[in-house]
Amino acid sequence: MPEVLKAPLVVEFPFTRSLGPVQSAFLTGLRERVVLGVRTRDGRTLVPPVEYDPVTAEEIRDLVEVAPTGTVTTWAWNHEPRRGQPLSSPFAWVLVRLDGADTALLHVLDAPGPDAVRTGMRVRVRWAEDRVGAITDIACFEPYDGDPAQPTGHSGEFEAPVTGIVAPARLDYTYSPGRAQTAYINALADRRAVGERCPSCRKVYVPPRGACPTCGVATSEQVEVGPAGTVTTFCIVNIKAKNLDIEVPYVYAHIALDGADLALHGRIGGIPYDQVRMGLRVEPVWTEGGRYPDHYRPTGEPDADYEIYKELL
Amino acid sequence: MTAVTRDIAVVAFAQSDVLRSTAEQSEVEMLMPVLHDVLDRTGLKTGDIGFTCSGSCDYLAGRAFSFTLALDGVGAWPPISESHVEMDGAWALYEAWTKLLSGDADTALVYSYGKSSPGSVRDVLTRQLDPYYVAPLWPDSVALAALQAQALIDAGDTDEPALAGIGARSRATDNTRAQLRGSVPQGDYVVRPLRTGDCPPVGDGAAAVILAAGERARELCSRPAWIRGIDHRIEAHGLGVRDLTDSPSTRLAAEKAGAFERPLDTAELHAPFSSQEVVLCKALGLDGNVRVNPSGGALAANPMMAAGLIRIGEAASRIHRGESDRALAHATSGPCLQQNLVAVLEGDPR
Repeated sequence: MPEVLKAPLVVEFPFTRSLGPVQSAFLTGLRERVVLGVRTRDGRTLVPPVEYDPVTAEEIRDLVEVAPTGTVTTWAWNHEPRRGQPLSSPFAWVLVRLDGADTALLHVLDAPGPDAVRTGMRVRVRWAEDRVGAITDIACFEPYDGDPAQPTGHSGEFEAPVTGIVAPARLDYTYSPGRAQTAYINALADRRAVGERCPSCRKVYVPPRGACPTCGVATSEQVEVGPAGTVTTFCIVNIKAKNLDIEVPYVYAHIALDGADLALHGRIGGIPYDQVRMGLRVEPVWTEGGRYPDHYRPTGEPDADYEIYKELL
Repeated sequence: MTAVTRDIAVVAFAQSDVLRSTAEQSEVEMLMPVLHDVLDRTGLKTGDIGFTCSGSCDYLAGRAFSFTLALDGVGAWPPISESHVEMDGAWALYEAWTKLLSGDADTALVYSYGKSSPGSVRDVLTRQLDPYYVAPLWPDSVALAALQAQALIDAGDTDEPALAGIGARSRATDNTRAQLRGSVPQGDYVVRPLRTGDCPPVGDGAAAVILAAGERARELCSRPAWIRGIDHRIEAHGLGVRDLTDSPSTRLAAEKAGAFERPLDTAELHAPFSSQEVVLCKALGLDGNVRVNPSGGALAANPMMAAGLIRIGEAASRIHRGESDRALAHATSGPCLQQNLVAVLEGDPR
């Protein structure tokens, strides 16, 4: 078996999220160096505050300021910070119960080493220099041996409250297409289209995915198909795609390569868009260094009979 | 729980080897042999199955809609009655169980798979966290489990040598499908207090189960593993709201599933971290009379999205083989055992 194909794959997405009234007050408060909690009906103060009581599910809106000082309730030493984490040098993950709160907040503690951290130790907020209304406005916690800071009794009302956050996310993968698609891609490098036949129903799938979706069995017998094929159905694209240097309108079509039992799709060129039709015979056009056909163009053969391709629309 | 009106059993279980990487296989190529294996055990064909339900997560391999591609391995034409959960397959089994309970189907195929090798699962799992207050800090799965482990140590529930003992006992399994077996160095801290040996191996794998109701179950299996009860419960998402040294959701699910009504002989617990086994044993009140994780559990093999279903399959297999009469199977999801499912399985008296 040839070497497994691999390629880097980055999935990156900024989530734009709106905030409820309690979350908005909390994150705006962090921007203003004020830590707010929310009081439940049974008198507990939750920090970080939530919109609904985690026990009764009732809506809670009674904001109360707590101190930026508190006590570590548990910790974990991270000697190898990972991308995106608040500190780039070794730190402790901590749950901190702020003075005045009944629950604990997850954040990080800047400490010289694990020997300097223990459950029950006193800490205080170190504010970020640039604050925007996000949990990261708390840069981290730091050891603190003074008295509990006294909250000022803030009402939770702010000028220009934040109403949303943008949370960027990025995940890195190494993509492998698997056996069947690796074989397909390798054949394409030689400008050949190679599908796989189902041992049960005898259909030839192009591109192959390793399984016959009808029979649920592995396909393995390789079958070269094409290069020419038949347009089985098509659409006219009038929207210019981002980062795609193709003039609109153009035709995007289902093309049944000769010998294939499944149509693949591709762009049709070399013919005015309004002359493309079902049954049109086409062949691939390769560009220098292309890993797959750039588009398909008419072969000039007579159109295929509908009866031949009607199952491949 | 409402009165169970139909007896439903696990009649077959199959799983793949769990491997660090399956780069040479697509998801469906990894899954398909397992589907064929589980069907062969009952003699059923896809067309004989009344309901199919799967569990997987596209984030693991970064492949959108990978579960629809995986369905190619089932052979879903003519169209089958089918569903999917973006969760561990144990929850797919729960959905299938309710489907059978309703009388809409007599048999169900449940499968799940996970390919963690293309990505970094520690980081991928941060994306399941509260997006406002927690996810922006990127606390990885080991870090959160380490906070829980330290809380347990502080509470006097365990210590580092005891945690190491859990990993060693788990990997002393004879389970040939496991990714790690035998003596494995406890290693350095990953996130203190958790060491390599306290953490699950990262691997790829798949599993499948067939459920059947009533007489159909007896036709398909000589000793069906009857699901006497199954329930799942969730805790508050805020980590700082919870007592991380306990698992009231597991206890409640177990109670609703009838776990405490009669003694158990086996428990298959889905504890990805050694410290979480301590929490679960405490929450369930398991004593030395219950054999915990003879399969090796998640510390020997933890294919994401399948490891919970595997617990049910392993417990059922022991009943099939006559090695257990009454077993508890548990599955978890989310950080620090946030959500928990418990099933109680029984064999007919011998």
